[in-house]
Parts: sequence; structure tokens; C-alpha cells
Amino acid sequence: MAGELIKLLSDLKEQEAMEFVDKALEKGVDPMSLLEETKEAMRIVGERFSSCEYFIPDLIFSGEILKEIVQKLEPHLKKGREAEKLGKVIIGTVAGDIHDIGKDLVVFMLDVNGFQVFDLGIDVPVQKFVDTIKETGSPVVGMSGFLTLAFENMKATVEAIKAAGLRDKVKIMVGGGQIDEEVRAFTGADAFGKDALDAVKLAKAWIGG
Amino acid sequence: MEKTMSPAEKREARFRTWSAAEGVQFESPEAKASYNAAVARFRDVVLMEKKPDRVPVLALGTFMQPQLYGVTPYEAMYDTEKMLAAQLSYLRDYKPDYFTTPALIGCGKVFDALDYKQYRLPGHGISKTSVYQYVEGEYMLADEYPALIQDPTDFWLRALMPRAYGAVDPLKMIDPFTDMWEVVNVSTQMIPFGIPPVQSALKALLDAGNEAMAWIQKIDAFELQAKGIGVPGCFGGATKAPFDILSDTLRGTRAMMLDMYRQPDMVLKAVERITPLAISQGVRAATRAGCPVVFMPLHKGADGFMSDGQFKELYWPSLKAVILGLAAEGCVPFCFCEGSYNTRLEYLKELPRASCMWIFDRTDMAKVKEAIGDKICIGGNVPSGLLLTGTPEQVKAYCRKVIDIAGKGGGYFMCTGTSMDEGKAETIHAMIDATKEYGVYR
Repeated sequence: MAGELIKLLSDLKEQEAMEFVDKALEKGVDPMSLLEETKEAMRIVGERFSSCEYFIPDLIFSGEILKEIVQKLEPHLKKGREAEKLGKVIIGTVAGDIHDIGKDLVVFMLDVNGFQVFDLGIDVPVQKFVDTIKETGSPVVGMSGFLTLAFENMKATVEAIKAAGLRDKVKIMVGGGQIDEEVRAFTGADAFGKDALDAVKLAKAWIGG
Repeated sequence: MEKTMSPAEKREARFRTWSAAEGVQFESPEAKASYNAAVARFRDVVLMEKKPDRVPVLALGTFMQPQLYGVTPYEAMYDTEKMLAAQLSYLRDYKPDYFTTPALIGCGKVFDALDYKQYRLPGHGISKTSVYQYVEGEYMLADEYPALIQDPTDFWLRALMPRAYGAVDPLKMIDPFTDMWEVVNVSTQMIPFGIPPVQSALKALLDAGNEAMAWIQKIDAFELQAKGIGVPGCFGGATKAPFDILSDTLRGTRAMMLDMYRQPDMVLKAVERITPLAISQGVRAATRAGCPVVFMPLHKGADGFMSDGQFKELYWPSLKAVILGLAAEGCVPFCFCEGSYNTRLEYLKELPRASCMWIFDRTDMAKVKEAIGDKICIGGNVPSGLLLTGTPEQVKAYCRKVIDIAGKGGGYFMCTGTSMDEGKAETIHAMIDATKEYGVYR
């Protein structure tokens, strides 16, 4: 039944979704159409998160179910042209900070929303951000940090991007537990986001999609 | 504590002990008066029977005090004398109402002796100028709930400790101590202790114990000195919400979030099992320290970290039980509410008058005041971002604003919204000074 997987995944019905995918594949349903349904489901999950119907655990759980579905679909998918990406975004937790839960959520939401994400990981040296901008030509950079110590390294990263002559080529967003407008101004970033959906909105506003 | 005493009488007795400051030699009569006034101020702000003389103020810090004197997080963990000298300078220079115990920083050599893996420590996988940071991981596996619920202490000893502390990994080779009942199995129970790896684990515990003893003697000496100059310590001990113990210490944030969907019944049983242990930990520490205040950093119940339904079922009942359990023993739970709690305020209304205090980070203080301000002491809300990037004038204006919103009629406690790892001298001074100038009830 068309649309069934959209409902099961967006309602976070893990067991039922897995059983449905197994049966659908047995019946010879096109795996590409199932994959399309997961995209629609993730769009609904994002919407529910935006409207405070869903929270962080729902995002994490939806990601887990999605991963399991994709694992089931992968052997059945023909290698084809990669889907068109909306644009490139660089994400990393700044130097000195090893927190990754918020950063990973941002990477995940950008990815399911069609962006090509360059995830630099945690404790990312200033120069690594600069080098990756040069290598990828990404017009958006996101810096994550949970500690207050991250403020200085966010600022240092923005300054290094400026010193490399790249500041007018990228838009920079920051986010993390203690980040607010004061901190945003201090770092010299263009915007801050309070959650992963904000990151998607900012990226869309900056590079379209 | 006598068993026949009511909770209110127990609390009075604990405040009397705190105020008596046994063993403290005050450097002057003024220092003694200042100490007693700070304890009385704390009592008045929590009990809400009358207005305190003024708003109490605490710039809660972990690594901030050393950092303000150029002592790095690494030095703070390894050079206890240097760290404590900074702590004392901080108290003399900034004149806060209370000190937070430097024991929060921990002793680097103890962690080294145990090969602690659950945190990255300054100079170990992160720079010496970084603060300690939790390493997310599943220190308890998804199918281990029955083992935890059956015997938490045994789980800690033979499963968690071997995973979180490399040097005691061989403890997984010993048998549960409940196996050891009578003459027939005492000898067999001892067999694992003859194995060299188990002996090396015990040796590591001895080494850690020696380091801890040397360290705590210095900390204790500092605390007596701090009290002697007129500043009481503000925490008798610490405990946590049972859900946070399960999520932070055992399952890890991510795995715990999945458990809420996949095995909520097990989560509930586990937090219920941990609840009396969390109460006991807080009460024992408060009694030992002679201070009724029990620090409770709250993490995974914040806005956005779970739904209202999950909070209601899985987080709140056991947190409430810990708060009430501590209050029943005359302790004062200092609920340190990180992130924001705007969507949880209805639950806080269930708490009895003056049973605890709540310090907030990013919660809307006007809403808090309206929800519980008439019966529970509230505080906090000075943002780290403002303190680290703002001007003294901005900080003073912010503090005045918070006092106007939340301090009307008493019951407000000026505090940072997070435990600070760094500070800016002029803004920390501004926060403390503004409270002393503007927070006076006339």
C-alpha cells in the first residue's frame, strides 16, 4: 500500500516498519519507491520536531529506524546516479570540545534534507575548517560546541577563515548548549541555531533548496 | 539524627550544625558574623518564612576559580596546592557568599591510578587547557537491565567498574559477594583474589586510595580556612535524578533515548531501583559534611530532551521521590536545572512548600516565579555567554532585572545558570557586587 511506510516511519513504529519493508521486498515492491517514502517520512518527522510534537529522542529514534530500513533496502538498490544534492555544508565540533550528540543531530537532519554534509567530527582544529572550505568550496560552515571554552575557538575559527580570505565566500552558523545571541556576536558568526531544524532552515536560506 | 524528629526539626538541626562550624577557627569576629549571616541567609531564602537580609549570591564554578588566577584545568587536577591557593584568593578577592567545594574538580592522580575511561581529562586526549569531558558510550548494555535491577551494587562492581576504569577491569573475574554465606564457600570465594590480575586491580584501588587521602587532606584544610575567613561551603553532598544516573553513567545519552521506546518498562524498573540509593547517597554526604544542601545537577529531563509523556512516566516520579526523600531527612535538595524547564513547570508545582530549591539556566524566570515562586526558592538564570562576552554594566543590568522579576518578596538565589569553567574577572565581580548592592530587602 503506497504511503504505508511513510506513516510507520514518521510514527516511529519500528517493528511494524521493519516487517512492512520485509514483506514489501518479498512482494517485489520497487525499493526505490520505499526509499522515497522514507524521505517523505523524515520530512514529516522534521515538521513534527519544529512544531514541538517531537523531541530529540524522537529524532534519534527515527534516525535509528531509518538506518535499519536503508540497511534492508541497500542490497536491492541498483547502483545509480546519486540524488541531486541541495548544496554543501561543513560541520564540526570546534577545537577543545569533544561533544557530538548535538553536532550529529545537525549532520543527520541536513543529510536527510538533501545536503551534502562534510562532517569533520569533534575537537576540529581551526585550520581543518579553513582547509575543508578550500577543498570543497562549501558555502556554509556550522560550528558546534557544548562548553563555554568553545566560544573562543569558534571566534578563532571565524578569524582564521577571514585571514584566509574566505569570509565573504561562506556563511557561518554556530550552535550548542550555551550559545545565544551574545555568544554569536562574540564569535563573529552570521547566525546561531537553537536546534538541528534551525540548522536546516539556515542552510536552506543561505544556499536555497 | 534522631528518628523521632520531624523533617522540619531534622532540617533545623542540620542548619544548626552548619552554622556551628565545628572545628573552624575564625580569623576575626567579623568573619564569624559573616559566616553565620551567610548560613542564615541560605536558611531564610529556602524556608521562605521571612525575607533574608538580602539575595544570596553564588557564582557556581568548577574550573572557573583556578582559571581566574591563571591555573589551567590540568594544573587544577594535578597541582592541588596551586589550585587551592587560587581558590582562597578567589574568596578573598571576590567575597562571594559561599564557596563551591574544589573537590568537584577531582584528583588527577586518582583518575590515573584507576585509568578512568568515562571522561577525557585535561592532558589526556584533550589539551591541558580543556576541561574534563564525558565520553559518550554504553557502559551498560541494552540487555543488562535485569542484572542491574537484580543487584545494582554487584552490577557496579563487576560490570560498570571494569568498563569505566581500566585498572580494575579484572574485577569482572570475581564472584558476587552474596555468594559468600557460610563456612563451606568462604575459601572458594577467595580464589579469584589469588589471581595476579585481580590482585593488580586491588593494588590500583590502594594506589588510588592513597592519592585520594593525600588530596582530601589538602581540600579539608582549605575548607576550614575558607570557613575561617567567613565563607561557608554551600554543598554538603551531591546526588542525581535516577534517570540521569541511568542515562549519564550507565547507558549513555543516545542508547537511553532508544530504550525509552524499546524497553520503557525496564527503564522504569531501573530508575525505581536506583531511587533509594540516590536518596541515601545525598543524606549520607550531607550528614558527613555537616551541611544540609545536596547538589543535584539535572540533565536529561530538560525541555526538548524528552516528551511530556516520557517526562511524566520515566523521569519525574523518581526525581520527585529523591527530592522528597532528601527533604524527609532534613536535607535541602539544590536542583540545578541545566538547559531549560519551561515545559516542566506544572510538575514542579507538585512539590511541597520549602522542600527544595531550584536553580535555572535558561528557563523563563517570570514563568517560574508565577508557577512556584510563592512556595519554593528559585534562582540562577545568569547566562554563561553574558558573563564571558558581556560588559560589567550589562551583567549588573541583567542581575538587577532578574532580582526585579524573581526576587520580589524573597525566595530568589542569585546564581550562574551553569557551573562555570572559566570567568572574566570584571563580570564575575559585577554579578556578586550587583547582588550585594541591589539585592537588599529593606
